[in-house]
Amino acid sequence: MKQILILLFGLALLRPLCAQTIHEERSVYRDITVTERFGRRCLLFNVHRGDRNQTCIFTDGSRRLVFDYTKMSFAGLLLKPDPKRVLIAGLGGGTIPLVLSELFPDASIDVIEIDESVARVAKDFFFFKQTDLMRVHINDARVFIKRAALKEEKYDYIVLDAFSGDYIPEHMLTQEFLEEVKQVLAPDGVVVANTFSTSRFYDHESVTYQRVFGEFYNFKLPTSGNRIILTQLKSLPSLGVMAERAAQLTPQLREYGIPFLSYPEKLSAEVDWDMSRRVLTDQYSPSNLLRDN
Amino acid sequence: MHSTRLQKKIVIAAAFVSGFCIMAIEMLGARIMSPYFGGSLSVWGSVLTIFMLALSCGYLIGGRLSEGQPKPKTYALFFIAAAVASLPIVFFADGIMQPIFMAIEDPRYGSLIASVFLFFIPTTILGMISPYSIRLLVEHEDHSGKMAGQLFFVSTFGSALGTLGTAFYFVLWFDVNEILLGTILALLFVGVAILTFDLAARRSQ
Repeated sequence: MKQILILLFGLALLRPLCAQTIHEERSVYRDITVTERFGRRCLLFNVHRGDRNQTCIFTDGSRRLVFDYTKMSFAGLLLKPDPKRVLIAGLGGGTIPLVLSELFPDASIDVIEIDESVARVAKDFFFFKQTDLMRVHINDARVFIKRAALKEEKYDYIVLDAFSGDYIPEHMLTQEFLEEVKQVLAPDGVVVANTFSTSRFYDHESVTYQRVFGEFYNFKLPTSGNRIILTQLKSLPSLGVMAERAAQLTPQLREYGIPFLSYPEKLSAEVDWDMSRRVLTDQYSPSNLLRDN
Repeated sequence: MHSTRLQKKIVIAAAFVSGFCIMAIEMLGARIMSPYFGGSLSVWGSVLTIFMLALSCGYLIGGRLSEGQPKPKTYALFFIAAAVASLPIVFFADGIMQPIFMAIEDPRYGSLIASVFLFFIPTTILGMISPYSIRLLVEHEDHSGKMAGQLFFVSTFGSALGTLGTAFYFVLWFDVNEILLGTILALLFVGVAILTFDLAARRSQ
């Protein structure tokens, strides 16, 4: 009897270590799961297919970011240190817009999310709040950006983060789409694209970005399967300029756990892909098939 | 007595091609519209709605036209007309979608209207082929159900292959327009082939 009680007590102690699902819903586009364990709350899409976490936050109130790729996306600030009009395609748990709004309280931020349920989950479980300056638009990012281009709107900080782990919206990785992004990009603005660093797809994607933007910085870390593409209309800043900006911004970024000072030297403009690969266009964009090959 | 009767094999093959082409075009529908209306579920909904609607109209019209004496020439014309009516999808897609995108803010209705202009006419014509094929195959009413069954089998089997081929392989090997032109050429080829066989059959009589 005593042993059983000890066992039960032990199990009770272990319980917080197991992932606890605190919310589950099936949206039009995906299964959404919110779990909590090891002091982290995570947003997962399509868990049954083995998809990875979309967003995690610490539940102890710490502002530190959990994932490398989220931190890495802030390398965009090395190219545009003072964003005023931000466009973010893909909300997820809302970490990136939230941090940007804290860093730049005067910046206006448009977030585009196709899935209404994701927007609700970000609000209910990940402390994401819409304000007068930070708005979420439930729309397809390509449609939103095309309309923004028609209205001749300009953004100086554009984050493309609409790819979930297991599916690429193919119309958002084509030459024509990137041309449209370019149209809404301010002359001194930056495009930050969070994408994959593996497979044959890497080559196609790189060739496509190169076709539209010319040179770009690649940001990869051995600890992350993601790579961040950083580019702008004017020529890329030198290491010296970026190091200076990193030094200025590091104090603000420290509380988010972003090792910003180490970032500039990790950006590379070197061509490390197969240049003979086909450019992805609206006519030819089998991204999901290419990724599996 | 019939003026000429198309060989069963030819009708079966033609129905297979039409089934194949319908689904190949349908699979590309959402992709063609995604630059303007996005990749949301509603865009797929628009494509499927318009295809189903067009096919249902096509069945009705094709059935009407098959009354009395079905003519191989008319049958061939369906294929050629469907091919010609599909050409705007290749050459004027942007010209058709751009003004709709400008006029309609909501991508649901934008994609629905665009689907009408892009796909309704060719799909209606393709829909006319099935009932007409059945009429060509049926010689007496005893076996009409069997013939209809065979016809549905080949055309739907063609549809399955058209879907699979497009979704799994063609988009990886070709441009969207190349695939569309391929289906247009296939339809034209079938139309011309039927005319040729019909002519040959008349001569040998």
